[in-house]
Amino acid sequence: MAAAKKKKTIRTIPQARTPMREQDPLARARNFEEVTLGYSREEALVEAERCLMCADQPCVRGCPVSIDIPGFILKVSEKNFHGAYDVITDTNLLASVCGRVCPQESQCEGVCTVGESLEPVAIGRLERFVGDMAIREGWANVPYIEPAGLRVGIVGSGPAGMACAADMAKAGCEVVVYEAFHTPGGVLKYGIPDFRLPNSVVDVEIDKLAKLGIRFECNTLVGRLFTVEQMVTEMGFHAVFIGTGAGYPSFMGIPGESLNGVLSANELLTRCNLMRARDFPAYDTPLAPGKRVAVIGAGNTAMDAMRVSLRLGAEKVLCLYRRTRAEAPARAEEIHHAGEEGVEFHWLTSPVEILGDALKRVRAIRCIKMELGEPDASGRRRPVPVAGSEFEIEADSVVYAIGTNANPILGQTSKLALDKRGYIATDGNLATSIPGVFAGGDIVTGAATVIQAMGAGRKAARGMKAWLGLRDTESIYEEADAAAVPGAFGIPAQERNHARVRIA
Amino acid sequence: MPDVAQQAQGFEIVAREDFSEATYLLEVRHPMMARAARPGQFAIVMQSEHGERIPLTLADFDAAKGTVTFVIQAVGKTTREMQRDCRVGTRLYAVVGPMGIPSELGRARKVVCVGGGLGVAPVFPQARACKQAGAYVIGVVGFRSKELMFWEDKFRAVCDELIVCTDDGSAGIKGLVTAGIAQALAKHADIDEVIAIGPPVMMKGCAEATRERGIRTMVSLNPVMVDGTGMCGGCRVKVGDAVKFACVDGPDFDGHQVDFDDLTSRLGRFKATEREALERWQESCRMPGRGEA
Repeated sequence: MAAAKKKKTIRTIPQARTPMREQDPLARARNFEEVTLGYSREEALVEAERCLMCADQPCVRGCPVSIDIPGFILKVSEKNFHGAYDVITDTNLLASVCGRVCPQESQCEGVCTVGESLEPVAIGRLERFVGDMAIREGWANVPYIEPAGLRVGIVGSGPAGMACAADMAKAGCEVVVYEAFHTPGGVLKYGIPDFRLPNSVVDVEIDKLAKLGIRFECNTLVGRLFTVEQMVTEMGFHAVFIGTGAGYPSFMGIPGESLNGVLSANELLTRCNLMRARDFPAYDTPLAPGKRVAVIGAGNTAMDAMRVSLRLGAEKVLCLYRRTRAEAPARAEEIHHAGEEGVEFHWLTSPVEILGDALKRVRAIRCIKMELGEPDASGRRRPVPVAGSEFEIEADSVVYAIGTNANPILGQTSKLALDKRGYIATDGNLATSIPGVFAGGDIVTGAATVIQAMGAGRKAARGMKAWLGLRDTESIYEEADAAAVPGAFGIPAQERNHARVRIA
Repeated sequence: MPDVAQQAQGFEIVAREDFSEATYLLEVRHPMMARAARPGQFAIVMQSEHGERIPLTLADFDAAKGTVTFVIQAVGKTTREMQRDCRVGTRLYAVVGPMGIPSELGRARKVVCVGGGLGVAPVFPQARACKQAGAYVIGVVGFRSKELMFWEDKFRAVCDELIVCTDDGSAGIKGLVTAGIAQALAKHADIDEVIAIGPPVMMKGCAEATRERGIRTMVSLNPVMVDGTGMCGGCRVKVGDAVKFACVDGPDFDGHQVDFDDLTSRLGRFKATEREALERWQESCRMPGRGEA
């Protein structure tokens, strides 16, 4: 525990949350440089002072991977930045990524004690500060790893796969990560644009995983090049984790969706971010960006698609959403940033038809006004069309960002049990219907966030370690749990070594 | 197989054959794909790190040799650059596959395998698989002229009958592949499947040729796509009342259900950008007197 300093109270801490410097909205809306510039050392020290070090620690419970948040903030305020990095990497190898893209307002910061009377501690910004300093200074915490003699295969190199791979590598397993694209990173590379999360940051984080001995094999479409069943039989993997994401983008099924100029946000973002169509002709991938772009949806992906469109030179970018701003699923910060950059929001607006010209290109989009009725299953008020309120909006490009469905490839090529929506069915430990095969992230839950996927990857790793009979090094200090489950023959439950049975 | 080392440096081209000014064959070492591939599947290829991902239907695969084969037509910037730069011993930056659902073969007793132009290559594995499954195989291959013909010997080896069609009549019968289909239909009353691969307009013609007799007609669609794994939705096609993604729901579909006009229009999505890329590239490498035909 910390040296007994003068106890902080809500009155003695800096009252205002330390702002983070940002690029000017109008300038940044035309470039792909990062929007937010991160804390300086001084700013980080001021913000760290705002943590009360409360005994309750609701933030730790609010974090899907349970980072010891007061622990790392204490190290920051002691100017022991490497120490802070050590605390974070105990549970999360991707500090720079999570500090940028986690929805902290609904996780750690949303339950922060300071937040009850003031603005909450800027935990995400502090995490990013520590992660970025680690990158600049070249810190990489490679723990001593005792080889366990077991092989683990990971399908998908996105956040879920990376988190699971890291935990299994630390547990001494030989880990191979398979990726269908030509470069690893998953949604962090193809989806989240550089101005929110630079691909160079993702590459540094992947290098750290490689330093743990994890091997990345790209250009590998699991299911088609070899099956999940082959991995656990002839390829000799003792366990497999599936973190392929959700993928398959949804459209609405309204007339005009096959017009040229209609595309999914996934396609727009992949062309721009991963394939670098924005640097055409230095890169070959075409994009044909619109001048007047209508984006349907108001989630984080929609915000990314809109802000990318602005940067690709669109004169006008419209957001069409059938509910109101209050129901929009995007992070408040993303909506704020998009608005600042000039995105025009059309709330309570739902498309009914996309109109084309003689050359089958998008010319306009016909919409109908909505109003909010009774709450639906999700608890949000159901939007209802207002009769006779149809109107046209001129547009030359329409981008769908209304969610995704389950990717069908593994369902087509394996005997994995799926749920009724086509996602992979798992038990509480994220084990699938095939022994030794675990799954987590969007392919289990449907679209969620990066940190939720990482949380799922780590949870699956715990299940996998138990299945493989590896001691879970994390749970050894969790005395409360140990007491709850009395061990046999005086051996704590967590230390039990399972005999591993292979089911052929 | 040392797949990692191989991948680190790309995928080696082990053979190349030029069928004409514009059409060339590349055989690439990829033992795992050669084992996994089935007729009807495709792969995505990137020539370089700066390249685009282009889908190519597998024209052949040989598990014993550990290679997969592509037949490519030099039409745009990427395919012309590949034509110029891909030599035996050079490497492709990325090759991923096999992708798509393999063709459902083996039910038909008498089958017509139709390939038009570049479609001649990818219909070959289908013809071979049908033959191996014991079907009576009628091959119909179409080219603009005799000089552009390739793989006649390979087809003869797996077909019970082979009908060659050329636009100018310089080889086989004069006319489009639909003329060849008509000839086969006239001679055989018991054809139970037609497999057609080629440009959309040709596949549309084939589907029309068999619609009246209600013969199952499968076509292989090759729309614009990025990832090939169901993620971008760029390859969506209209099949009957449904919208399907060619990459993961196909690429084979019932030709009688496919909206070919929609496919054709969507294939032109990036025409302007593609033209710009080609012109820019041709200027920069000043290709003397090529591609004028």
